[in-house]
Formats: sequence, structure tokens, C-alpha cells
Amino acid sequence: MFSFCSDPSSLDGAKWLACYLTTGKHMAFYGSFITVMVLLLVTAPAALLFGFAGAMAARSRFLPLRWFGKSYTAIVRGVPDIAFFLFFVIALDQAFEYLRHKIKCPDWDMPVRQGNDFVVCPQAKLPLSSSPQWVHETYGFLIAVLTFAIVFGAFAANVLYGAMRAVPKNQLETAEAYGMSRRQTFWRILVPQMWLYALPGLSNLWMILIKATPLLFLLGVEDIVYWARELGGSKTSAYSYPHPDWRLWYFLALLVFYLSLTRLSEIVLGRLTKRLSHGQATIGGERQRRAPA
Amino acid sequence: MKKILMLSAALAVSAGMALAASHSSTVRMGTEGAYPPYNFINDSGEVDGFERELGDELCKRAELTCEWVTNEWDSIIPNLVSGNYDTIIAGMSITDERDEVIDFTQEYIPPSPSYYVATSADADIKGGVIAAQTNTIQSAFVADSGATLVEFATPDETIAAVKNGEADAVLADGDFLKPIVDESNGELVIVSEVSIGGGVGMGIRESDSELKAKFDEAIASMKADGTLNALIKKWFGDDAATF
Repeated sequence: MFSFCSDPSSLDGAKWLACYLTTGKHMAFYGSFITVMVLLLVTAPAALLFGFAGAMAARSRFLPLRWFGKSYTAIVRGVPDIAFFLFFVIALDQAFEYLRHKIKCPDWDMPVRQGNDFVVCPQAKLPLSSSPQWVHETYGFLIAVLTFAIVFGAFAANVLYGAMRAVPKNQLETAEAYGMSRRQTFWRILVPQMWLYALPGLSNLWMILIKATPLLFLLGVEDIVYWARELGGSKTSAYSYPHPDWRLWYFLALLVFYLSLTRLSEIVLGRLTKRLSHGQATIGGERQRRAPA
Repeated sequence: MKKILMLSAALAVSAGMALAASHSSTVRMGTEGAYPPYNFINDSGEVDGFERELGDELCKRAELTCEWVTNEWDSIIPNLVSGNYDTIIAGMSITDERDEVIDFTQEYIPPSPSYYVATSADADIKGGVIAAQTNTIQSAFVADSGATLVEFATPDETIAAVKNGEADAVLADGDFLKPIVDESNGELVIVSEVSIGGGVGMGIRESDSELKAKFDEAIASMKADGTLNALIKKWFGDDAATF
């Protein structure tokens, strides 16, 4: 980074620190903050979508769909996260590869399962083993998003299911009296009103999602906790910048990061609640109505 | 007309296969990246160490294009057998249990001793609390020795456990511990030495015998011309065991 960094062993004090904090490894550490933020911003809407679909399925009038919705939430909510992230991901990856294998190599004559090994034809590998490292990393990231979305979608489905039931019944009956169809009632009356009831549950989920991001490393994505542990661990002179165990400092930095992120979320969610309460027949809504203009 | 179609289809298929064959020669080398001097992530964020240099040389000799990936030690074997990378080159000792699941090339490091390291030379290694990394030959050894085993996910954490008093001693590979003891300014000492396990080899899927043969041949050629011994001396010191 700086011109004086070429020989780290001759440096001391501030210069040493300046060079140390700008090594390629530290750059990867800083970059992983972006990875985590992107993951959060992509996963949250994806999980909400899964949750919405799950909740809709769970209250469907079509029985098998209802079973599907209910068992999705029941199973995913019941399995420990860590088990899910360790085994489900490998299974998911293998399922994708197996499908591609069936389509791309119909005349492959060797078994896919050979003892412990899972062998598909080279064209079916996902990503192809010849693709550059960034493709592998992006694929890993997308698998991570999908897994997070499935897991948190199940919790969100339960929250939304409850929120849909919490919307006052007379609202729906009124809609019906006006001659709205079931679908119209759902989209025009139920969905706009349910968010207020869903918000406390969803904001909890968002906070848990923020804290669950270190599970990324189980999925092969190098996240901030991985780098903090890796950088903070004591370093012998095999490295250019030997130092004792500094994990405490790195984890303190993470503490500050996570706390500010959750604090920021609290502020935003608080404003959102205020906004959604507007015109609602709830205590919050009433208070807004009566407040002097 | 039909014949031409068939012919062109056959050509397309074989071209596709040839393309796939040339593509599949990228070998993904899986390592842990937390076990200096065997393998570690250096300050510019790349895989470095004895195994990096060895692996690059082996790939050159076997005429393979290699790509390095890191994976957590705990799930390093499951990810190999499910095909996320093609080899494990992570200071993994050849044991019977592992050999049931994956195959190993011939050893590229001869059996080397493991050390008990503690903050004082009279640490209780028979009945005390001993730290070791999960799923290693050392952790299995401690479990059988009658001492209380505490396991950690990374080698660095086992050292930290001894320093902060959580464990009485750590049992790990000598080549990993030696530089740490040397640079600890007397805080850590070697209590005793045990030899467990065989040499270190590369792990390869059992169904991948072709790749295994290629690496076996490359390792043999490095042993024959003395480059492997030179490399071992470079990274592990002059008194390291050689072939």
C-alpha cells in the first residue's frame, strides 16, 4: 500500500501499524464487511418472499398446499441452524449437480455414488471446476443466500401467518359486504394491514439474521468473524507481521460493528412502525389520530 | 441427409467431450490455511507455506493447472468427497480411519514427532487437561491417553488455551509447535515428545485413481531428485526428518 512497507521488519510504531492495517489480508477483512452487508440486504427480501409464500400456502384452501406450507415451517423451524448449515448445503449442492448431470450427461455409465464419493460428469459440476475462483465464490454466496432465505423464510412465514390472522375480522367482513372477491380482500384489505402486526416479529428476525451471519463461514464464505479470528490469532515469524494473540481487539471491533448495526436497525424499524400505524385501529394509530396537528 | 445429421451430432458430442476433458484438468487444491508452516494465509491474503510451494511444484510436474481453495478443517473431508475440490493438501496424516473414506498419495513428509507443549516443564500430561485440534491424530491420542481432552476448531486456539490457562498442555505436530515455542520468549516449553501416526500425504477421492497416480508419480520424482528434501529443510529447519 505505502512505499515504505516493503520491509516490514525494519518498521516500528505508527508506520508499522499503518502497513499492518493495509496488508492484502486486512483488505480482504474490510471487504468481508461488504460481503456481510450485501448478504443481509439480499437475504432479507428473499426470506420475506419465502415467508410470504409459506404463509399464503399455510392458509390456502387447497389441502396439499396447506400441508406443504405447514410442514415447511414446522420442519425448518425444528432443525438446529448449525445442522441445517452443515448438511443441507452439501445436499442442496449435490441435488443441483445431480439434476444437471441427468440433463447434460444422459449416457454417463458410472454410478453417481461410488462409496463415499459423489461423482457427476465434469460438465455437470456446479460451478465447472475450470471456472475462475470468483465464480466459485459467487456460487457459494448464492447458496448461502438461498439457505438463509429458506431458514429465515420459515420463521417469517410463521410471523406473517400470525399477522394475517391478527387483522380484525370486521375489516374482512366489510370488504366482503362491499362485494370484494376473496383474492381482492386478501390483496387490498388483509395484506396492507397485516404489516403492522408482523413488524415486531419481523424485526426480531432481522436482528437474529444480523447475528447469524457468522454462520457464513460454515458455507465456505469468508466473513468478518472468520477474518477477525484469522488475523487476530498469534503470528510467528513465518508471517511478515508477527504479533501475539490480538483476537480481543479484532472482536472488539466486531462488537462495535454489530452493535451499531443493530442500533441503526432499531431506529429504522421504530420509524417504520410509526409510519405503518398511521390510520390503523390500534393504540399507536389512535394516538397519532388524536395528536394535535 | 440423415447420415450427415448423425455425423455432425457425433462430432458435436465428441467435441464437447474433448472440451470437457481439457476443462477438467483444473485441479482444485483444498487446504486449511491456518497451520503454519505447512499452510497459512500470508499477509497478502494468499495461501502460502510448505504445502503451497510443494503443491505448485507437483502440479507443474504433473502438468496440471491448479487452483487453491481454503476450507475449514472440520468439514475438509466431506467437501472433498462431495466434489467441491479435488485434493486435500493440509498436513493430513495418513491414518486407517481416514483411509476408509478417502485415498492418500504416498507420503510427502515422513512421520514426524508430536510435542506436548505447556507453560512449565512439569505440566501434568498424563491426567491433566490437554488441548488438541478436532479430528486430528493428536486429539485421538489424547482421548486414549486418559487425560482430559479439550478440542478446538483451529490450531491457533489450542495454543491460546494453554497460554490463558484453560488447558495444562497442548498436543500438536512438532513442526507446527517448534517456531511458536522458539518465539515465545520462554513462556512455552516442550514437555515431551511422542510419535503418533504415519507420514503426511495428499487426500484424494477414492474414485479419482487417475489423479492419485499423477500426484504419486510427481511426489516420487521429487523424492528421487532431492528437491523434496530441500523443500522440507527450507520450511521445517535443517534437523527435520527427510527421505
